[in-house]
Amino acid sequence: MAALGPPLRTLRGLLRELRHASDRAGRPYRETPAYQHIVAAFRAHRVTSEKLCRARQELHFQAATYLCLLRSVRRHAALHQEYHGRGERSPEEVAGLVGFRLPQQPGGKG
Amino acid sequence: PPERKRFYQNVSISQGEGGFEINLDHRKLKTPQAKLFAVPSEALAIAVATEWDSQKDTIKAYTMHLTTLCNTALDNPTQRNKMQLIRAAVKFLETDTVCYRVEEPAALAELQKNEWDPVVAWAEKRYNVAIGSSTSILGPNIPASTKETFVSHLASYNMWALQGIEYVITQLKSLILSMGLIDRHITVEKAVLLSRLEEEYQIQRWGSVEWAHDYDLCELCARTAAGTLFVHLCSESSTVKHKLLQD
Repeated sequence: MAALGPPLRTLRGLLRELRHASDRAGRPYRETPAYQHIVAAFRAHRVTSEKLCRARQELHFQAATYLCLLRSVRRHAALHQEYHGRGERSPEEVAGLVGFRLPQQPGGKG
Repeated sequence: PPERKRFYQNVSISQGEGGFEINLDHRKLKTPQAKLFAVPSEALAIAVATEWDSQKDTIKAYTMHLTTLCNTALDNPTQRNKMQLIRAAVKFLETDTVCYRVEEPAALAELQKNEWDPVVAWAEKRYNVAIGSSTSILGPNIPASTKETFVSHLASYNMWALQGIEYVITQLKSLILSMGLIDRHITVEKAVLLSRLEEEYQIQRWGSVEWAHDYDLCELCARTAAGTLFVHLCSESSTVKHKLLQD
């Protein structure tokens, strides 16, 4: 069986990610369908206890998978913005990256 | 092409004849082929709605993995039927990452043995099949009976779940790791680590380059997590409308 750690930690991580995700939305993250669905599911299955139960393990695995999705998407988007978000560089910028300057050729390349 | 701006204020879910639909303000979300976007699982719809609600000023389609998976299931752009999907999935076993071993360097060979042998052994026991591993350039010799066992097993999944399974296999380059995920034997993080074992080994030796390594790692985790969640949400009988999952 997958090593998932304590369900409470997964739940906390998930709620934290949902808070990040709903920064843009007008309403607070506690009113989003995702938050309500997750809290209701955990409550229904009492996943925060340590007892073994197949349905509980399935739910916990799903929650951990969703947490991984939200976290990875956020990190990937941040890296994309930082490293790939500026579009194509101009030839001057590219030259500058390796310490060169483009030569001045007023008459064109000839 | 420039990114589309977020053109909607509110994202909500409603239940229609075809399943759970996504509403962007008053507009119903459609697939790339202009079909009505309708999914068989409420939890899946909620997760898709969350993707749309997470978009800030511009819509970053490359972050919306669940939406993409649903679009693929609805549009089936590669026009494959169930058996074609299953055969494509099982064919991966012939080049399964965890079965393909190096002889050198010794440290990497040892790492592969220690990390991959247990998951191969798990699959052999769980499915009662022979798989093995190989250092040959031709890869492992998978018995026909092993392939047939996996074909039978995958046939028990509906078309939506199968799209998800095939997607995860393509991302991880491994049927065995994918089944490990589907069967909840390993977590997404572990599956991705095992899939990228050689990269991780090189990173340990030579260091990590954030804009390449971490970028790739996050993307693979995101796609694998999305695919796995998609499969599970489409397979649960309690949350799924069976008549919508046409085989």
